[in-house]
Amino acid sequence: MNPVNYLYLAALLFTIGATGVVIRKNAIVVFMCVELMLNACNLSLVAFSRMHGNLDGQILAFFTMVVAAAEVVVGLAIIVSLFRARHSASVDDASLMKL
Amino acid sequence: MENLIALLVAAPLLGAAVLLLGGRRLDRAGHLLGTVMAAASFGLAVVLFTDMLGRAGDDRSLHQHLFSWIPVGGFQADVAFQLDQLSMTFVLLITGVGTLIHVYSIGYMEHDERRRRFFAYLNLFLAAMLLLVLADNYLLLYVGWEGVGVASYLLIGFWQHKPSAATAAKKAFLVNRVGDVGLSIAIMLMFTTFGTFAFGPVLTSTGETSEGKLTAIALMLLLAACGKSAQVPLQSWLGDAMEGPTPVSALIHAATMVTAGVYLITRSGAIFNAAPDAQTVVVVVGAVTLLFGAIVGCAKDDIKKALAGSTMSQIGYMVLAAGLGPIGYVFAIMHLVTHGFFKAGLFLGAGSVMHGMNDEVDMRKYGGLRKYMPVTFVTFGLGYLAIIGFPGLSGFWSKDKIIEAAFAKGGAEGWILGAVTLLGAALTAYYMTRVMLMTFFGEKRWQPDAEGNEPHPHESPKSMTIPMIVLAFGSVFAGGLFSLGDSFIKWLEPVTAFEHGHSPLSAAVVTSATVVVLLIGVGLAWLQYGRKPVPVVAPRGSLLTRAARRDLGQDDFNHVVLVRGGEHLTRSLVYVDHTLVDGVVNGTAASVGGLSGRLRKLQTGYARTYAVSMFGGTAVLIAATLLMRAV
Amino acid sequence: MSLLAASATSTGEAVQFWILGTVAVLGALSTVLMKKAVHSALCLAATMIVLAVFYLANGAYFLGIVQIVVYTGAIMMLFLFVVMLVGVTAADSLKETLKGQRWLAALAALGFGILLIAGIGQVGISQFNGLAAANSGGNVQGLAALIFTKYVFAFEITGALLITATVGAMLLTHRERTERASTQRELAEKRVRENTHVPPLPAPGVYARHNAVDIPGLLPDGTPSELTVNKTLRERGQIRDVSQEALDDLKALEQRSAERLGRDREEENAQ
Repeated sequence: MNPVNYLYLAALLFTIGATGVVIRKNAIVVFMCVELMLNACNLSLVAFSRMHGNLDGQILAFFTMVVAAAEVVVGLAIIVSLFRARHSASVDDASLMKL
Repeated sequence: MENLIALLVAAPLLGAAVLLLGGRRLDRAGHLLGTVMAAASFGLAVVLFTDMLGRAGDDRSLHQHLFSWIPVGGFQADVAFQLDQLSMTFVLLITGVGTLIHVYSIGYMEHDERRRRFFAYLNLFLAAMLLLVLADNYLLLYVGWEGVGVASYLLIGFWQHKPSAATAAKKAFLVNRVGDVGLSIAIMLMFTTFGTFAFGPVLTSTGETSEGKLTAIALMLLLAACGKSAQVPLQSWLGDAMEGPTPVSALIHAATMVTAGVYLITRSGAIFNAAPDAQTVVVVVGAVTLLFGAIVGCAKDDIKKALAGSTMSQIGYMVLAAGLGPIGYVFAIMHLVTHGFFKAGLFLGAGSVMHGMNDEVDMRKYGGLRKYMPVTFVTFGLGYLAIIGFPGLSGFWSKDKIIEAAFAKGGAEGWILGAVTLLGAALTAYYMTRVMLMTFFGEKRWQPDAEGNEPHPHESPKSMTIPMIVLAFGSVFAGGLFSLGDSFIKWLEPVTAFEHGHSPLSAAVVTSATVVVLLIGVGLAWLQYGRKPVPVVAPRGSLLTRAARRDLGQDDFNHVVLVRGGEHLTRSLVYVDHTLVDGVVNGTAASVGGLSGRLRKLQTGYARTYAVSMFGGTAVLIAATLLMRAV
Repeated sequence: MSLLAASATSTGEAVQFWILGTVAVLGALSTVLMKKAVHSALCLAATMIVLAVFYLANGAYFLGIVQIVVYTGAIMMLFLFVVMLVGVTAADSLKETLKGQRWLAALAALGFGILLIAGIGQVGISQFNGLAAANSGGNVQGLAALIFTKYVFAFEITGALLITATVGAMLLTHRERTERASTQRELAEKRVRENTHVPPLPAPGVYARHNAVDIPGLLPDGTPSELTVNKTLRERGQIRDVSQEALDDLKALEQRSAERLGRDREEENAQ
């Protein structure tokens, strides 16, 4: 098997995650899909690391994880406070951008 | 000595600034400060004059460069002064007569609570006029020119609580603006033609320029002069300007303002000399105004308006003389100076009469005042004799010379101009005699007014009569003094050049003709107003009289041609604006609005819609990257 | 570790990839398609564990462990917590409300996925260098050497980011009390004033057959009181109504008592 398959897998997972972001209404699930996209990226970074024979790709994936952790913390806090204010976790309820 | 020139302007300017900025604290002493400043300027002028007399004719021009005003590349504007014989003449007239009018105003404005402000404006007027005649370039002259406009606006509208005064001030300002535009265009033309607007370079290099350009410049200068000097077609403001206090009228008519136009034409003599067509226009304007003013003056019952018509007519004489070229410049200025004396005296006399008659201006309600105000009668009478050209008095010398010069123009033109000036002289004698007879002779015709207050004519205080006496001396002797040994001609010749005109009629014949028409005019007036009593209510009068009472339709003309025309133009512009311009603008706005209404539908406000568009956009970006790699 | 250096992997890895890859894709699809957020979270956790295995297979030993500990362990737990906190709402229905959203999403997803995979295929990567050399001193040591030398500033800044995120989360979820909390005395007085629930609320499970939070307590007359059940459960409608059973039990108890009493009386009578 050619290790490039990992990249195909990553691309597929990324696309699935992006589609989920677009079609799901529950903010928590949307957020999970974002995490899925980040993980797909990490997978490709790890595969790149193996491809180039150095650890920089892994370092980048590591940083991605840390930043994702921070993002999750803040994002979930936002969802919680949104839920408190609106009693709903639906992204469609926050449509104040419309005229 | 030349370092003192700026002080001539600075003194009254300082007075105006102090009086305006000082506020009510200066109310009690303001009039004295104003008068002192004017007198200081006059004293300085006398010092400079004696100094100038001590030098030779060609060496009398002084220059003072104060500072560089606008030094931008090839555009060099300086604040610099030039004091030569022509400027000196004006400076003496302005400061001398101006100071007398200041003194007179102390008494005349005694009961006006805004007297300090009045003196501030008077000082400002003097400063602007001095700047105008002392400037050594046209741009600085323009500053003074506009300053005169502002000061006249402030003074004509001084009694701003009267709507008529406010309107008159606006009218004077607006009509003057028309002339000012002419001056500004003339200055721009000068700059493009000569590359400078200093008197020296411009006036000495007229020979190198095409006549067409010079004619254009000259005509623009003439337009400017028409505005300031109230010449046809920009004469309409002068009559209404009588709404101002009488000392203002005296100042405008004798020493400042209306003389500015004559100064401008004389100063720019080199340009006019090189543009004969423009000179012809100048002469025509002068001749028309001369008759226009005289005819209007014959019909007015308002003493000040009659005098205003007279001023217009006399300035017409000067402009006519200035239009004659080197044979006339000197006489234009000479008449200007003598006119300054007697017209100031006449106005101050009229003011004195009004002062004693509860500000009544209708001459039909005067009559027999010579017994009540003898000093006014004598000084006014001397002024009257001077203006009609009674032999030996000032007006005789200067006007006679202008009539001679008009004949000397030569050919048919000369005869026409000579006839016009003689007719003007007859008319002058007629309307001035009419004023004199209606005011000081005959039965008393005043009656109690609506509140039962009968006027008690009385002589004015000394502060008013002394200036009148001084001016009366000037009215009597100035002309003779100037003509003694052609002293005035020799004085001005280095600046304006002088040629003896060759009149087809001998000097003696012209003088006799002048005296004859003078007698005819006086006689006609006596037949009409002296022999029989003057009706208190004005008779209907002939067609010409009625037309003249309406200022020969000057305002009707302006109304029909300018106001109506302007209204129609504005209306059509508004129509075009509403339909065409607004149509395009509104159409654009409407189409953008409609398009936006459609596009707005794309903005659902749902985050997921935006997310999907970003998702699609990313796909497009990848496609573009791949395509670029493939190419 | 020589197997990591080749352009082709060992058969074992290939088998692992195909099996676990299928699981990962299925997990991802389930994450997107599951109706309940809890199920989505669990499917995502499964995908992440698979990815952790893939990290390990790719020589990223440290990351593989971190993925399991941090992601699957901590972050997914956080997700579950929030799911529990927020509860189940109508937003969970998979019915699409935006017109054309599904179609556009499908179009974009297809275009994106196909183009991305085509792009990877077009690059034609064939040579994999492998991590044998890089991991020779140990993967963790190698990463540490890089993090604390080459990437030290990024690392420090990431630390600052984490602190900021923590503070931010606290700030976002913290609610300032705008009024003083009522004391028990005040609450009691209020109840008396309004004449509602004058006695204390019944505890859950009183007279209940089961001692469970989702079973309402019974009032003295035998009817269930929903007040005794947690609000969240009430809103979800997850209350097990056992009142009838309880009443039946009561009846049976009375029956039994009566029977015994009757027997006793008969016995007395018999004596």
